Amino acid sequence: MTLIALLLVLVMVVAAVTALLSRSHLTAVVSTSLLSLALTLLFVLLKAPDVAMTEGVVGAGLGSLILAMALSRLALNRGED
Amino acid sequence: MSELVKRVEWTPLLFSVGLGCLLLPLFLALPFGNSPMVAGEMIQQAAQGVQGAVVDSVGAANLVTSVVLAYRGLDTLGELAILFAAATGAGMVLQSGSAALHQNTKMHKHIDSEINLGELFDSAATMLTPLLLLVGVYIILHGHLTPGGGFQGGVVVAVALFLPSWARNGGGQLSHKVISRIEGGAGASFIVIGLVALWQGDPFLTPWLAQGELGELFSAGTLPLLYLMVGLKVGAELAALLKYLAIDEQVQS
Repeated sequence: MTLIALLLVLVMVVAAVTALLSRSHLTAVVSTSLLSLALTLLFVLLKAPDVAMTEGVVGAGLGSLILAMALSRLALNRGED
Repeated sequence: MSELVKRVEWTPLLFSVGLGCLLLPLFLALPFGNSPMVAGEMIQQAAQGVQGAVVDSVGAANLVTSVVLAYRGLDTLGELAILFAAATGAGMVLQSGSAALHQNTKMHKHIDSEINLGELFDSAATMLTPLLLLVGVYIILHGHLTPGGGFQGGVVVAVALFLPSWARNGGGQLSHKVISRIEGGAGASFIVIGLVALWQGDPFLTPWLAQGELGELFSAGTLPLLYLMVGLKVGAELAALLKYLAIDEQVQS
């Protein structure tokens, strides 16, 4: 339990740093989504299912979808920065 | 053999395996299929002192919902207003942008009406839509019994409605008239339900229908109705927002 939580936090930190340092916008969006996904699992682990659902649906799902569509609208999804 | 090894994309595979390893212990710990759902028992235990009072006065099995819709119903209305303002603002900006682009592309006549996102995406969207719709409606209707509710379910419904048209032709199929009618009607109904409580002499948004039996689908008075309205409103707003984004994408490419 604690081990899984530690692992999840590690994944979140790595994803956050990747989102900051990555040169490709698409990688940054995917990292943000991964961060939200790990946070969702952490909420489930901490027995907060209501918050986990909101985080999973809005943070990992819709938020990333809107960010990705905004990237494609601004034509930033192909170039490397 | 080495050809195959070269062709396999290792990063997504590694990611999927890692995610599976993380999800497995979590899902093994969940008591699936056991009734009643005990997810969220921590908050129920923590609120044991007030839970008797909460159940007596509201009658929702999910304690969070009785707080969100009954005790803090006005805050939820404010939240809906904020979401409405944000979606309207984004829609206005995107609509004016797309109108200008439309004129541009009409002049140059190089608009590609068919975007092919691929067989895989098309089939996946077709298969996922009914499942997503079912999950979304379930989450909305069981908001007063199990974790979840109108906001979460509404987002799922919006994505479910939007996916097939996006996979086919860039999201042009959703009728904007119907969407805005649903959104306006749901928002007005939410306020009317609250006003009826006021008319009965209770504070605004006090639950007023029969409470029924705790844990049943038709229980907790007007809370399921309120969550249904929240779900419809959120779903319609986000579907409209996604539609605007997708139309821009289609016009630009």
